[in-house]
This record gives sequence, structure tokens and C-alpha cells, in this order.
Amino acid sequence: MKPKVAFFDFAGCEGDQLQVANLEEELLTLLGQVKVVSFREVMKEHSDNYDIAFIEGSCTRLQDEDRLKQIRKNAKIVVAIGSCATIGGINCIRNYKDLDEVRKTVYGENAKLFDTYAARPIDAVIPVDAYVHGCPIDKDEFLQVVKSLLLGKKPDIPTYPVCVECKKNENVCAFERGQFCVGPVTRAGCNSCCVNEGTVCWGCRGLVDNPNENAQKEVLIKNGLTVDDAIGKFRLYFGWQERKR
Amino acid sequence: MKKPNINVEVHHVTRVEGHGNIYVNVKDGIIEKCEWNISEAPRFFEAMVAGRNWNELHHITSRICGICSIGHTLASLRATEAAMGIKISDQDLKLRKIALHAENLQSHILHLGFLVLPDLMGVGSVIPLASSNPEEVKTVLQLHRLANEMSNLLCGRTTHPQRLIPGGFSKIPSLKELKELKKKLQDSVPKLQAVAELFKSVAPKLPDFQRETEFIALTKPDEYALYDGDIASSDTGKAPASEYLAFTNEYIVPISTAKRAKHARESYMVGALARLNINFDRLSPLAKKTAGMFGL
Repeated sequence: MKPKVAFFDFAGCEGDQLQVANLEEELLTLLGQVKVVSFREVMKEHSDNYDIAFIEGSCTRLQDEDRLKQIRKNAKIVVAIGSCATIGGINCIRNYKDLDEVRKTVYGENAKLFDTYAARPIDAVIPVDAYVHGCPIDKDEFLQVVKSLLLGKKPDIPTYPVCVECKKNENVCAFERGQFCVGPVTRAGCNSCCVNEGTVCWGCRGLVDNPNENAQKEVLIKNGLTVDDAIGKFRLYFGWQERKR
Repeated sequence: MKKPNINVEVHHVTRVEGHGNIYVNVKDGIIEKCEWNISEAPRFFEAMVAGRNWNELHHITSRICGICSIGHTLASLRATEAAMGIKISDQDLKLRKIALHAENLQSHILHLGFLVLPDLMGVGSVIPLASSNPEEVKTVLQLHRLANEMSNLLCGRTTHPQRLIPGGFSKIPSLKELKELKKKLQDSVPKLQAVAELFKSVAPKLPDFQRETEFIALTKPDEYALYDGDIASSDTGKAPASEYLAFTNEYIVPISTAKRAKHARESYMVGALARLNINFDRLSPLAKKTAGMFGL
């Protein structure tokens, strides 16, 4: 029998579920292997009977925890997809600010009507079995992770930094172009896609398992960059991971 | 005539981006409750961007929506560039306009093929259509793929663009690549026409609904405006884009984490239909002909 899969979203942009739709013809092949029983963004039907749950987005409210716990109860395997779900993503930028002020900035005197707490990744609320990193996720990596899970294997996720892939791609180092890049401490697997396009690594796949902080410091000193520059860049995506460390 | 009792409770409207609920209660012909409730968790973008560097803002606001990330990126870049007095080159302006068309094509094909078509065919999603109407679904997928290739070529990625930066582009496509894209787009016209024919055949199933509405869209004298122009309202006429606050008028209701907006009436409509109503005479001849198929 085909494994039953479901997609869920919390605080995020739904861009990762879009990458699933972007599989185009390969989506049809995938649908030959699994039965999708819940996917609010593309289907009307819904069932709570599923084996694999893919979750996009961060948990940003206490009231959303019950829904997450129910998904964990229903699913055999829980997969976090996209930065908001895997590491908290840009939602965690606001965790460094006073959350009452944050609410007032947006909702003014009505701020109390809208609950929130520090934004967090899915595994801060429930155990997560597998991760598809990135903002957005790479659709081929998504397929690889799904294949591994269907075969009962642990998905192979790189444990080295983006610089490894970036050097292989023969990019001019972003620091040498006068820009600030967090590639030296960010988990690879994206094939340095942003630096390839002339920008920098923003850190969307999160800190690599054992980030070489001394190497990053050396790069900063060599390029005349300050701790403030570094903190700003690190808080774009690493907010939750940094606070936990 | 018997006065109707209606009780509608849609908890999560499906096949849309975002979480919304609909509640309607009618008792003896009198509406007691009619609510559009946006329940998804607030993201607080206004607070996220405060204090950040100018060259990160478009990267952050792109994450407002994955389906229209190019639009959100470009809106942010235009604001940053206006604030800092940065002018972009004519070439970059053209490339940005093509990038926005790429996203429009992607998002409209997704909307029509994945989100609307299942309703018109009487099924719950595009998944059963893949076996009942394989040719039609294949055409939709091919067009969606083409739109994504176009975004990829212009922006270096289909979702959350990379090449769009303050001042222009970090990298641009080659002339050869653009020519190949042009040929693919020209070759796709019969496929687009097939989709139009398909929708014409099922269009009678759409409910006949009309209401007085204020439409607001960008407008330009010499093109079908999408990227820039003046703001035009079907009720009050034109104003420069810098006066946007007079048109947004955001306000808050307790049942919605998303803010609402109003202008001359209780609400207004933006997007594709508003652009069409305001700028119809500036559509290309082929687009006008296609609109004619639907009696527009």
C-alpha cells in the first residue's frame, strides 16, 4: 500500500509547498509512489490518517502547539521543510526585540488582540525525524529526502559549510567583492546557489553542525568587518540556533 | 416566499495561499453573521525590517509570500531606491518588467490550473485530473514549467529571487538566453490558447455574480502597467504612487490577523481583475482577443 502523506503549514510564506508544485511532471511520478491525503494549498480533501507529515513554517503562538502535537501523534514520520520549520528562519529576527513592542509596531492599540511568543522551529515543540533545509527548499533535495524516507533510509544531509560547494563552483569569494557572507558557517547542500547568482550566502540552511567560528573571525578581521556586522548577519537566519547555543 | 436559513462554516478555505475561514449565518432571511476570518499567525514584517541594513530589506520582505516573492522583492527594491535616490538603467528596468511577467504567468497558471480548475471539473484537486484529463494537466504543467524557467533565467531562482538587488541586478541573462526564451514564449501561444479554450468550455459553471466595486490598480498611458505607474481608482481617478497611503488606509478588525484596507467604499479590489477593468484598452491585441472569447 502506498504511504499516505500530508502537508501542513504554520507561520511561513508557503514557498516550500510551492516547490513541491514546481516539481511539475516529476510531481506526477511522485504521486505514483505516495497517496496525498491532506494538502490545503492544493486540495479540498483532508484526512488525519497519514504516515508522513511535511510541516512548513515556524511555531509562533502557544495556541498552535496543540495542532503540532496532534500532527506528531498522527504521523509515523515528521519532516520539517524550509528554514522557518527547520531553524526558525527569518521569523526569529523579532525574537531579539521586545515582543510587546513588536506587536504594537504592527497592530498599534489593538496589539493585545493578537497573541505571539518567540518564533521557533518545529523541533522546539515536537520531535522531528527529518529536515529539508533552505529558503526555499530545493525541489531535487526534497525528492532525495522523500526517496530516502520511502526506502527506510536516513536522508543524507551535508555536514560541511557552503564554502566547500562555492569553491568547487569557482565563484569569486563574496568577501573579496566587499560583501559579507555567512557561507563559512552555513550548512551546505544548496550548491552555493545564491553566491553563484552574484549575491551572498544569507545562511538559510542554518549553522553547520560544528561551525568553525575562529575561521569566520579570521575572515572578518582580514576584511575589516566588525562584530556588529556579524551579529546583524547571524540574526537573519541563525537567531534560534544562536540563542540555544 | 419562505425566508431562508443558511449556516455556512468553512474552516480553512482550501486551494488558496494562506489560512482563512468563512462564517455565514442567515436566520429567516436576515444576515446575522457574515465573516471572513484570517486566522494564520501574524509574521510582524514591519517590526522585522526595523533596524536592518538597506541591502537586506528585499530579502526579508520577499518572504511575505512564496508564490509572489518577485512582486514583494520588487516593491521593496523600489521603495529602497526611491528613499535613497537610486536610478536603475533602462536595461535593468526592462529586465525587471520581464521578471514580474514571469511571476505573473507562474502564479496565474498555478491559480487557474491547480486552484480553480478542480472546482470547475467537480473534483477536490488537480490530482484526480491527472488521470481523467491527462492532456490538459500536461499543458498546464508545461506552461507552469516555462514560467518558472523564465523566473529562473531573470532572477536566478524561481522563488525568493537572488539577482534582484538595490540598484539593478547582481547578474543578467545573456542575449542568447533571452532570445531562446523569446522563442519558447512565442511557441507557447498555442498552449495558452488551449488553456483559454478549456476554460471557455467550463466557464458557464462559474456563478453569475456582480456587485458594485471600487477597483484600484497601477496605470500608465503607454503600457499595461504592472511594475510602475500612477495609482488609479475606478471611483476617484489617478494619483502619483507616492500618495499610496491615501489609498491603503489600513485598519484592524479582531477576527483577522491580516489588516484590511478601504478607500472610497467599505472595501476595494486589486489584482488581475482591477488591472483589466482600469487598463483594458492597453492590453496587447492577442490578450484583447482572448478577453473577447469570454465576453469581456
